[in-house]
Amino acid sequence: MTTVKTIHTIPTGRTPMPEQAPQVRATNFEEVALGYTLPEALREADRCLECKKPRCIAGCPVGIDIPGFIRAIAQQDMRRAYEILRQDNPLPGVCGRVCPQESQCEVRCIVGIKAEPVCIGRLERFAADYAMAHFEAETPSMAPAGKKAAIIGSGPAGIACAADLARAGVDVTIFEALHMAGGVLKYGIPEFRLPKSIVDREIALLKQMGVTIELNTVIGKLFTIPQLMQEKGFDAVFVGTGAGFPKFQGIPGENLNGVFSANEFLTRVNLMRGFRHPEYDTPVGMGRQVAVIGAGNTAMDCARCALRMGAEAVTVVYRRTQKESPARAEELHHAMQEGIQFQWLTNPVQILGNADGWVSGMECIRMALGEPDASGRRAPVEQPGTNFVIPVDTVIYALGTRANPIIAKSTPGLKTNQWGYIELDEQTGMTSLPGVFAGGDIVTGSATVILALGAGRRAATGMLQYLGLRPAEASAEARAAKTGA
Amino acid sequence: MSTGYRIVKKEVYSSVTYMWEVEAPDVARAAQPGHFLMVRINEEGERIPLTVADFDRQRGTVTVVIQAVGKSTREMMALAEGDSILDFIGPLGEASHIQKRSKVILVGGGLGVAPVYPQLRAYKELGSTTLSIIGFRTKALVFWEEKFRAQSDELHIATDDGSYGHKGFVSQVLQMLLERHRDTEEVVAIGPLPMMRVCCDVSHPFGVRTMVSLNSIMVDGTGMCGSCRVTVGGKLKFACVDGPDFDGHQVDFDELMRRQRRFQREEQESLQQYEEECRLLGRTA
Ligand SMILES: Cc1cc2nc3c(=O)[nH]c(=O)nc-3n(C[C@H](O)[C@H](O)[C@H](O)COP(=O)(O)OP(=O)(O)OC[C@H]3O[C@@H](n4cnc5c(N)ncnc54)[C@H](O)[C@@H]3O)c2cc1C
Ligand SMILES: Cc1cc2nc3c(=O)[nH]c(=O)nc-3n(C[C@H](O)[C@H](O)[C@H](O)COP(=O)(O)OP(=O)(O)OC[C@H]3O[C@@H](n4cnc5c(N)ncnc54)[C@H](O)[C@@H]3O)c2cc1C
Ligand code: SF4
Ligand code: SF4
Ligand code: FES
Repeated sequence: MTTVKTIHTIPTGRTPMPEQAPQVRATNFEEVALGYTLPEALREADRCLECKKPRCIAGCPVGIDIPGFIRAIAQQDMRRAYEILRQDNPLPGVCGRVCPQESQCEVRCIVGIKAEPVCIGRLERFAADYAMAHFEAETPSMAPAGKKAAIIGSGPAGIACAADLARAGVDVTIFEALHMAGGVLKYGIPEFRLPKSIVDREIALLKQMGVTIELNTVIGKLFTIPQLMQEKGFDAVFVGTGAGFPKFQGIPGENLNGVFSANEFLTRVNLMRGFRHPEYDTPVGMGRQVAVIGAGNTAMDCARCALRMGAEAVTVVYRRTQKESPARAEELHHAMQEGIQFQWLTNPVQILGNADGWVSGMECIRMALGEPDASGRRAPVEQPGTNFVIPVDTVIYALGTRANPIIAKSTPGLKTNQWGYIELDEQTGMTSLPGVFAGGDIVTGSATVILALGAGRRAATGMLQYLGLRPAEASAEARAAKTGA
Repeated sequence: MSTGYRIVKKEVYSSVTYMWEVEAPDVARAAQPGHFLMVRINEEGERIPLTVADFDRQRGTVTVVIQAVGKSTREMMALAEGDSILDFIGPLGEASHIQKRSKVILVGGGLGVAPVYPQLRAYKELGSTTLSIIGFRTKALVFWEEKFRAQSDELHIATDDGSYGHKGFVSQVLQMLLERHRDTEEVVAIGPLPMMRVCCDVSHPFGVRTMVSLNSIMVDGTGMCGSCRVTVGGKLKFACVDGPDFDGHQVDFDELMRRQRRFQREEQESLQQYEEECRLLGRTA
């Protein structure tokens, strides 16, 4: 380091992200945030104080060497910036875009105390995109370790686990139920927030590392876990099947025509490319006045997809306030800019239908936040006599998901908890079955991409140990780099 | 398996009904009566649910029988023996819970004849007395008569117009058989929704358990989307993971029939556009 930076010498404001104008982007599926240019990235990188005891790292679930990669950007050594990121995060281009930075790394940034925190996520995205555009990916060829591992599910947890195992020379096969790899990154999060080409490149990298991907393979149906281990010769298995089983509320009218789960709506639009119907065959079946129930990332994605699909009005209904909304701040902000309407402190009581069985409205009731409960959260309570009807013809449920039962049903002895999520041994990270590991949403319930990645990596460590193998050397180097070598 | 799945045999049963035998050894090995598949023919295609109509573990093939009702199933009909399809995903759903019954009646209506077949064979293998009823609109549409006869103690054929076998609906024959065979322990009815519903109405007074196979509209077929949800016994069920077989006396058929019409407008548009393209290309749709 040559210059001594302090909070007083750096620009206080964050470098703004170039974006498509709200009126324009509300009619297309192209990416909203365009990404920093090199000068913008350099300006933002310059705002990092490169702290000796960086607080930000503790906020990142995978412990990325944040000052390290930002310093490399500042020095215009993009290859190194990317390498530092990849050491801890196999999907920097994804996480830079979709991590809830404001509650993870950026909330801890020291600059944030007096000014606006450093845009860590935007810089991470910049480094990843730069690498994608300029460098050939390097994939180390590993000496085979003579062990085979099966990964079930190609979401972030499975991808991360596969990458670490492949790096250690394990012969890895990913089994994916759908006709496309990537999990929620592909079928859930829409194109305008996470272009599919970004995910595809990461998956291509995995293949270059020697990972085999078998699509169209529903484990528990085509093969069971016991078959994988006994007949197919896999020495260890990782279950990363996500929590993709939609929840409904149990109010009258939920099976009327025009009521969708978020997963159905998003799958029709994203996975099946319904936004290009009839060129693509799968219809979406959306009306003109859309209500979305819930206010998380999934709800924002549904609302904004509906808008782009040509809805005249889209209303998000949530029983708490904006403050409690679990969505990324940026997504809420973008949704508001695009003209999505919000009914906070509002809960649906029933969905109304017309004589033909189609949705004609949604009856709601106003809520108020009551006394804090045991967990310290203020529970919403109904305000009697405040019922009103929102005239809509489409209702989308974005109330979260549960565990899919297929794996648990077909795997005798696999312990799950009362909600169907897989239980792990805290010491070994293993499930109740020897050699079977798990991680991501199928263990924790719906969480975040980076938490799933972290879980996949932890499981890989446990699997290597179980297989009697050592983790790849790369991570030893990473440790050295991190301790300031 | 990016190379796709080859159609090793195709038979055309009528102007709208056809059979594919598809090479898919792993699926053939795991398939059981009652399972279904998700099929997508090309990149732009929908995922189309089809019931396993037969499987041959030695040959490594799975047979499906398809009725051309809309754009996708017509486009599929244009494929020839030797062509490959992109995705052939399965087996999905819960296999039928087939246990030895002294006497069962198996009813197949139209296309439902095909998915009833593996259940018929399984009951026969368990030593049950099997009474089969297969029904079609008219004689020209009849298929698999011999296949059924070989596994049935009694085979009844019905046509709506009386051009072959009994004149009338399969449900009328079912009524007759239930009266004659009071010791019937189970009815299996597969076919169009109205037919399954009438069969359930017929069997209800006899108190005979009646299993139906629900063809609700699906996207993934793995429990992820909830498109296929049905109400059975007052409870929310996903046809693709909890079914597709259900106790027909518990099914809310009104709701299901309404939900089958969810995409009518889009389906019409797709079909019209497809017919237009075919016309321009000088092909028959
Ligand atoms: C619409 C939406 C938006 C989101 N937005 C964000 C966001 O902005 N930021 C963020 O951090 N997080 C977000 N999340 C959450 C995040 O995507 C998930 O927490 C994360 O994807 C979980 O990863 P996973 O690997 O555990 O599972 P998934 O991504 O769900 O992947 C599981 C994979 O396993 C496959 N599978 C399931 N069962 C089987 C089987 N039996 N055999 C074979 N394969 C099987 C599935 O098809 C799927 O591909 C969002 C989620 C949704 C739904
Ligand atoms: C479990 C299950 C098993 C089935 N087995 C068979 C079979 O063995 N042979 C066969 O010919 N057909 C079967 N079907 C029905 C078949 O999937 C539909 O006929 C087909 O999807 C119609 O597509 P299309 O584009 O040709 O027609 P469209 O014009 O799109 O639709 C015609 C009608 O088919 C139904 N349909 C449309 N899309 C779907 C969908 N994604 N899922 C289910 N139904 C839909 C609707 O009622 C619609 O009105 C089965 C359906 C299910 C759910
Ligand atoms: S992975 Fe996510 S939490 Fe970690 S540094 Fe990057 S943006 Fe922040
Ligand atoms: S806390 Fe902020 S300023 Fe300090 S190293 Fe991390 S990002 Fe840079
Ligand atoms: S088809 Fe998607 S849940 Fe059944």
